[in-house]
Order: sequence, then structure tokens, then C-alpha cells
Amino acid sequence: MAEEHGRKWDRCLADTAVKTVTGLGVGIVFSVLLFKRRTWPVAFGSGLGVGMGYTNCQNDFRLPYLIHGRMVKDQ
Amino acid sequence: MLRACLRGANATARNNCRRNPLTSVQHCRHYTAGETSGATKVVAAGLLTVSSGIGGTILYAKWDHKFRAAVEKNVPYSDLLFSLALGPSSQEGLPIKKQVKLAIVVRCVFVTFLYCYGVCFENEVAFCVYMFALEECKECHDHKDTPVTAVVHPNTESPVAMEPLKERPVEEVAARLAQQDQEEQDILASVSASLEESLASSAKTTLQAIGAQEAALQAITQHTHKLKEAMEAEKSAQWKDLEAALANRTCAMNDASTALLKANETLGSLKSVIDKSKGLNIAAVHPLVLAAEENLHNMIVDLDKVVTKVQSAESEAKIVSQYSELVNEAKQQFQREVSSLTPEIQANWKGLTGKLSADDLNALIAHAHRRIDQLNRELAEQRVREQIHIDAALEQQKLEDQKALEKAVNTTLQHVKEEARLEQERKLGELREVMEAEMRTQLRRQAAAHTDHVQDVLKVQEHELRAEAEQVLSSKMLEQETRYRQLNQEQLDNFTLDMNTAYARLKGMEEAIDSHVVAEEEARKAHQLWLSVEALNYTLKTTDSDLPTIPLKSAAEAVRDSCHDNDFALALASALPEESLHRGVYSEASLRARFNSLRSLARRVALIDESHNSLYQYFLSYLQAALLFEDEQKAPPTQLSREDLDPFKLLSYASYCLEHGDLELAAKLVNQLRGETRRVVEDWLTEARLTLETRQVVSLLSAYANAVGLGTTQAP
Repeated sequence: MAEEHGRKWDRCLADTAVKTVTGLGVGIVFSVLLFKRRTWPVAFGSGLGVGMGYTNCQNDFRLPYLIHGRMVKDQ
Repeated sequence: MLRACLRGANATARNNCRRNPLTSVQHCRHYTAGETSGATKVVAAGLLTVSSGIGGTILYAKWDHKFRAAVEKNVPYSDLLFSLALGPSSQEGLPIKKQVKLAIVVRCVFVTFLYCYGVCFENEVAFCVYMFALEECKECHDHKDTPVTAVVHPNTESPVAMEPLKERPVEEVAARLAQQDQEEQDILASVSASLEESLASSAKTTLQAIGAQEAALQAITQHTHKLKEAMEAEKSAQWKDLEAALANRTCAMNDASTALLKANETLGSLKSVIDKSKGLNIAAVHPLVLAAEENLHNMIVDLDKVVTKVQSAESEAKIVSQYSELVNEAKQQFQREVSSLTPEIQANWKGLTGKLSADDLNALIAHAHRRIDQLNRELAEQRVREQIHIDAALEQQKLEDQKALEKAVNTTLQHVKEEARLEQERKLGELREVMEAEMRTQLRRQAAAHTDHVQDVLKVQEHELRAEAEQVLSSKMLEQETRYRQLNQEQLDNFTLDMNTAYARLKGMEEAIDSHVVAEEEARKAHQLWLSVEALNYTLKTTDSDLPTIPLKSAAEAVRDSCHDNDFALALASALPEESLHRGVYSEASLRARFNSLRSLARRVALIDESHNSLYQYFLSYLQAALLFEDEQKAPPTQLSREDLDPFKLLSYASYCLEHGDLELAAKLVNQLRGETRRVVEDWLTEARLTLETRQVVSLLSAYANAVGLGTTQAP
């Protein structure tokens, strides 16, 4: 279980990072495309990403018995 | 009291007066006076009545207790008053006596009153009543005493009276009856003998007397006849005959008188005997007595008849003799006269017709003429006095006749009375016989009834007695049977007991031998078990630091094989957890190391519990873990309190325990963790549990094996 905890953290962090970057990216895109290079969509997007990641992480921690499935491709 | 009420009345009146001062004083006074007098009168009268009533009630209650009781019952609080006035009411200890006394007193009063009345008024009725009352008084006095004495007496008499009422036994009765009969017979015999004797003697004497009397009668008649003849005929031979007859007569009369006396004597004795036998009062004697009496009577009658005959003959003879005497006297006188006249001429002058001279003859004739004159004169005188003489003679005769009649009447009366009495006696005897016969029949009937009754009673008694006896018999038989059965049973039981003991001993011996064999077997098995358990124990020790032991499966199998008939060992062997069998268990050291590594993680998530935890909580718990310092190892207390359930403390306790080799306690302590910490150390806990389980089972098994081995070792 200790490893699980570590794994959870790894996953969580990874997920948050990904989401943040993704949000940042989307924000940048939107800011460039739609909002005339304003900063707020970038912040918004990154914030969105962070928030999603945070929530995911929180949920993951709150529901410990939820098993994360993994698709196994048959080789 | 009167004065008090008067005063009270006056006071009230004055008050009344004071209340209306406007009215005139005189009026007031008049009113008050009137009122006072009226009120006083009324009040006084009422009080007087009440007090007299109460006093009378008290006095009467003193005299009559019943009244007192009734008043006490009906009027409340009257008993207090009575007890105050009279003292407590005495209980009716002797009411009856008192009533009786009262009655007697009343009666005596009545009696004296009557006496006075009678005396005053000389009333016979009153006297009679008084006497009657006196009698009654006496009676009641006596009765008053006699019940008491009679009560006492029957108590003493009844036990005494009980005894004579006991029925005499039959033999005694029969003996008595026989004795009585015998006595009666004897008496009868004696009486009849005596009676017969006396009867015979008296009959004889009577007959003798009668004969003598008849002879006397004959003699008398003969004598008188002879006398008459002699007087008429005047012959000397006849005189001789007469003398002879006289002598005969006197002799006969003497004989007769003596015989009569004797007869009377014997009759008297017979009568006495009869009376004596009558006095004996035995029924069978009566006919004899009666017959004897009749005979006696007849004899007496005959005797009397003969005696009367003799007496009449005597009287006749007396007359005749008187006549003859007169004649003789005359003759004598004549003779004397003649002899006086003619002294030479002797008696028997008839033969002297030639011897007489003319003077003599003339003198004789003159004498004769004188005599004839004299006789004529006498005759005339006699004729004159005839009537008187006849009357006198008649009177005399009447008297004599009357006397004789009286005597005859008396005798006949006596005879008749005697006859009547005899008849009565005869009738009585007959009646008695009849009654006796009747009584006999009744008695016989009664006896028959009695025998019937006695028979019935005897039958019933017999029945009852038989039933009783049978019951007793049956009960005794039952008792005997039960006792016999009991004895039998006892014997059987004893035998069974002996047999059982012998059998048990045999069995015991057999079992001992078998158990020896079994024990040997057991010992062998125990050894085997022990060996296998030791092997199992050894496998537990084959661990590296982080890797579990080798699977215990084979060892467990060995153990199971060595104890396949031992349920306990089997159960224990099968109680080994699967994981340990297949995978093996971790050693304590590895668990310790793992724990140490886990500890930091557990510390880090200490603040996370089961509720909704956010990442912020995680951050805080991380901060806490960073900032909080606790002892590395801390000795756990004997009892955990609320503060001790803090994860940090628990972890330190657990570390301490682990360091000191107490995995169990460490696991217990770790078990107290909650929340995320618990989830983190769950795995470790599971492992620890597994290890503990396995170790426990193995230790049990080894203990068991040891015990079994110890048990099977034969004590020297």
C-alpha cells in the first residue's frame, strides 16, 4: 500500500502536469486565435488544467478502492 | 342543678331585658318575671324528667343485667355512664342459678302472700294453693339440688351399674336354672311328701275321728233308744243294757273326743304344713297344696258334720236324759214317798201285791189319791202355765235354736267361705297354669326370635370377621411375598454386582494391556509428530531479510501425515493459513525493516481520515509530519487512552514493540490506526497477521507435540 500511495502521487502529479500543460496550450491557442493575445485565456487554461488535475488527484485519493484499469493491447 | 338553671334563666332573662331597654322596666320585669317563671318551670321540669329517667334507668340496670346490656347495646356511651355509676357489668357467670333463685324468690313471695291471704281470710282454696305452692317450692328446691346430685351420682353409679348388667355366661345360667329346677324338684318332692304324709295322717285320724264320732253317734242313739225303751218298758235288763249303753256311750264319746282332738291336731299340723308350703311360693307346689287344702276342707267339713250330728244327737240325748232323769226323779220321789209311807216296802213293789195290808193299801190309796189330786192340781196348774211354759220353752228353744243356727250358720259360712276360697285358689291355679302356658309360648316365641336375631348377628359378624381375617391374611401374604422378592432381588443384585466387578476388573486389565499397546503406539506417533513439528519450526527460520520463507506446504504435509488420526493436530495443521503454505511467511526482521520504511509514509498521511479529504489536507498532513517530532520509540502503556490513539504515538509504540520483539503488540497497536494511515499499513498488517498466525499454529503444534510426547513417556 505504501507503493500504491507513491504510485498514486506519481500518477496524480503526472496527470496534473499534463493537464496543466494542456490547458496552457489550449489557453495559448485560444488566446492567440480568439482573444487577441490576451493573457487571461492562458491563465484560464492553465488554471483549468491545474484545477482538473487537482480534482482528479483529490478524487483519486478520496476513492482509493477505485481501480485504474489499463488497456492491454495484445501483441 | 335547679338553682343553677334558675340562675342561668335569670341571666338570660336579664340579658333579654338589657337587649331591649326601651321597653318599660315594669314590662321588662313582668316579662322577665313571667318568662323566668315559665322558662324556669319548663326547664326545671325537663331536667327533672331527664334526671329521674336516667336515675331510674341506672337503678333498674343495677338490678337487671339484661336490661343493662340492652341499653348499652342500643344507646351509645351508656356503658360509660353505667360503669361510672355502677361499676363494670359483671359477666353472666351463673345466670341460670340467678334466674332460678329469682324464680324461687318470686314463688316464695307468692307463697307467703297466699299464706297471709289464707290466714287472713281463712280461705281453704288459698290454703290448698299455699300447700301446693309449698310443695312446689320444696320440689323445686329439691330439684335444684337433685340435678346436681343426680349429675354426680350417675357418674358414680353408672360404672357400678355396668357390672351387674353383664350377661352371665350360658353355662352359669343353665347351671343356675338346673340348680333352680333341682331345688324346685327337691322342694316339690319334699313338700309333696310332707303333704302326703300329713294328709295321710290327717285322713287317717279324721277317718278315725269320724268313725269314733259315728260310733259315738251310734252309741248315743242307741243309748237314747235304750233309754226311751227303758223308760217305757221299765225292765231291769234294759237298765243294765242302758248302763252298758251309757258306758258304751261315754266310752265312745271319750274315744270320739280324743279322736277328734287328734284329728284336730293333725288337721292343724296339716294346715301349718300347707301354709309353710304355700309360703315357699313355688308354682308346681300349688296344685298339691290346693288338693291338700281341699282334702283338708273336706275332712273338716265331714268332721264338722259328724260333730254336729253327734252334737244334735247329744242334745237329743240330753233332752231324753233330762226327761229320763225327771222320770227317775219322779220315780225316786214316788219311791221315797211310798217308802216313807210304807217303809217296809222296798223297791220293786210291783211284786208285792199280796203282802200289803188294808191300811197300807188305804194309806197307799189315800197317798195315791192325794198324789193324784196333787198331780191333778199340778196338771191344772201346768195346763194354766202351759202356754207360759211353752212360751218359755219355746223361747229357750228359740234361743238354743238360734245359737245352734248361728253356730251352724257360722260353720256353714266358714265352710262356704273355705269352699269359695278353695274354688278361687283352684281357679287361680288354673289361670296361673294358663298364663304360665301362655307365657311359656311367648317366651318360646321370644326365644325363637332371639335365636333368629342372634343367628343373623352371628352371620354378619362371621362375615365381617372373615373379611377382616382374609384382609389380614392377604396383607401378611403380600408382606411375605414382597419380602421374599426383595431378598431375591438383593441376592440377584449382589451376584450381579460381583459379576460386574469381576467383569470390570477383567475389562480393566484388558484395557490396561490395550492401553499399554495404544500408549506405545501413541508414543511413537507423538515422536513422529514432534519430529515433523520440529521440521516445520525449522522451516520458519529459513528466511532471508526481505524474502518470505519457503512454502511450508511440505512440512505441513509431513505434520498432517504424522498426525492423521489426531483431530486437534489435524485442525491445527489445517489452520495454517494458505498464504504461508503456498508462499511462506515473512520473518520478523523483515517486517521490522518494512515497518520502519512504512513509518515515514504513515506519518505523512496521518491527518487524512475516511472523510472527504482534499489535497489541501494532504498538504497539511505533510506539513504536520514535517514539523511534528515524536519519539522514535516509546514504551506503550498498559492501557491505551484517547490521547494514545494518535497515529504518531501509535507508530512510536509499535516501533518500540518491534524493537523489543513483540510483533503481536505492535500489530495490535498498528491495528488502532485509522484512515489513510491504516490503508497505508494494511499490507504490512496483513503480513504481520499471517506471520503471527503461522507462528501461533506452529507453537501450538510444537506445544502439543511436546505435551503428547511428555504424556506418552512412561513415568519410572
